[in-house]
Amino acid sequence: MSLFDLKGKVAIVTGANQGLGKGMALELARCGAKVAIIDLKVSAETIADFEKEGLQATGYDFNLADFDKYPSLVAKILKEQGSIDILLNNAGVQKRHPAEDFPKKDWDFVMDINANAVFYMCQEVGKVMIEKGYGKIINLASLLSFQGGLTVPAYAASKGAVMQFSKSLSNEWASKGITINCIAPGYMDTEMNTALVADKTRSRQILERIPAGRWGTPEDLAGAAVFLASKASDYINGHVIAVDGGWLGR
Amino acid sequence: MSLFDLKGKVAIVTGGNRGLGKAMALELARSGATIALVDIKVSNETLADFEKEGLKATGYDFNLTHFDEYSSLVAKILKDQGSIDILVNNAGVKKSHPAVEYPKNDWDFVMDINATAVFYMCQTVGKIMIEKGYGKIINMASLLSFQGGTTVPSYAASKGAVMQFSKSLSNEWASKGVNVNCIAPGNFNTEMSADFIHNPKILERTPAGRWGEPEDLAGTAVYLASKASDYVNGHTLVVDGGILGR
Ligand SMILES: NC(=O)c1ccc[n+]([C@@H]2O[C@H](COP(=O)([O-])OP(=O)(O)OC[C@H]3O[C@@H](n4cnc5c(N)ncnc54)[C@H](O)[C@@H]3O)[C@@H](O)[C@H]2O)c1
Ligand SMILES: NC(=O)c1ccc[n+]([C@@H]2O[C@H](COP(=O)([O-])OP(=O)(O)OC[C@H]3O[C@@H](n4cnc5c(N)ncnc54)[C@H](O)[C@@H]3O)[C@@H](O)[C@H]2O)c1
Repeated sequence: MSLFDLKGKVAIVTGANQGLGKGMALELARCGAKVAIIDLKVSAETIADFEKEGLQATGYDFNLADFDKYPSLVAKILKEQGSIDILLNNAGVQKRHPAEDFPKKDWDFVMDINANAVFYMCQEVGKVMIEKGYGKIINLASLLSFQGGLTVPAYAASKGAVMQFSKSLSNEWASKGITINCIAPGYMDTEMNTALVADKTRSRQILERIPAGRWGTPEDLAGAAVFLASKASDYINGHVIAVDGGWLGR
Repeated sequence: MSLFDLKGKVAIVTGGNRGLGKAMALELARSGATIALVDIKVSNETLADFEKEGLKATGYDFNLTHFDEYSSLVAKILKDQGSIDILVNNAGVKKSHPAVEYPKNDWDFVMDINATAVFYMCQTVGKIMIEKGYGKIINMASLLSFQGGTTVPSYAASKGAVMQFSKSLSNEWASKGVNVNCIAPGNFNTEMSADFIHNPKILERTPAGRWGEPEDLAGTAVYLASKASDYVNGHTLVVDGGILGR
């Protein structure tokens, strides 16, 4: 199983203070990686969850809306951790309004965090990776990279963008030793979806359409993250792995 | 890394005597699985490659065109090995002719091995997996599940079929604990691809700048065969050095 070993690797995981990001970061750490968690506020509780298992994680409080501070953030992480081998762009936001009323500021907010921030984190960390000829980048796409959803046009736009520019980056960087791939989670039971889970009708309709017959959990993504972060996926470039209990095939 | 552990599992790998199937079977075995290799003729050399590493594999000489013998083959493997947890439908063939003169016998041959045999192996082994509420099925798709290729229309047809009916099976079986997924390899260095792999145009179109070696698929097979992919259903995982995104 050395194909999946991450010993000696440093992984940046954005938005890993909770939800899917935290689940993936924990598993990367269990496979041997040191994790740098970027989030608005990384809680002592989150760090303690790593320490409990004897895993290494450092928190970096940072707002990904601060684009002009990316170089100093990445330089700081590189200096403190010694290297950056894996970048998992997981932070994301959601805003719901009917399309006819969708306010420009919410559109910009969602596009900024879900798409623009992901691209510029790739650019900033990509430079470091190109220089050493090695890197694994994983971006969070979504079912809404393929479908349109309901009352979330900005989210759909942003996730479509992520899937496509990940291929653009793969076309430029694959030959430089960097793999760029996406994970498209299905309907996962996290805080981002509390509104959906609470809506009895929507939540029933969603469940009826999932072949696996259940919502996903953060643990369901852990294996995909390790796979795409490890040697096991060295010839996989520009791909989107759907972890959706079969939703897209239905 | 226990997510990727296959200890105690039994995996059938069709066409596992050489090429991609053999490389995947070896890695499944390294991860702890016991392997049943199904091929027209499983050579002593192949089995020796497993034994050299202290891995467990048994050969079953079988021609997958013999549809009416699937039940007895699978029953024999189940009896010999004690269980069947993983099925990798990897055996495949290719015949090239310009479409205008594509002969019906070659069309049928390719469709039979690449699509129909895969479906009926899924059906035969699927029954056992449904009964125990657990199973991992991996079918070999191709870039030609997405693209048309040149002078291989039956191959493209068969690989399109595999990708699509794998979703049909996933829709029926996912809730029963059986995962059905595909791997779509790009251009890999095997006997099947010997006629085109060294074409420089292929490399020009491959972002990774190299063709794949059988070992490049090993990790994907383990991922889809293990607990790590329990919520992945009906997916086609593309391992192509980036070609499809180009
Ligand atoms: N939950 C699902 O069903 C689902 C489905 C598809 C895709 N996704 C994607 O998966 C990713 C994680 O989702 P989740 O469900 O865990 O969401 P979540 O809301 O539970 O977690 C998102 C994290 O991102 C952080 N974050 C948000 N804005 C930030 C900013 N400006 N700077 C720094 N950190 C910021 C949050 O603080 C939070 O910790 C997102 O990209 C989401 O779009 C989720
Ligand atoms: N090599 C590539 O570039 C490539 C690309 C995409 C997909 N694939 C697919 O991957 C799979 C493996 O391909 P490969 O390149 O290793 O090919 P290969 O020709 O080296 O191996 C195929 C194996 O299948 C066996 N087989 C063929 N017909 C059989 C039958 N009737 N009964 C039992 N066994 C039979 C052969 O004996 C052989 O061992 C195939 O499904 C192929 O379509 C290969």
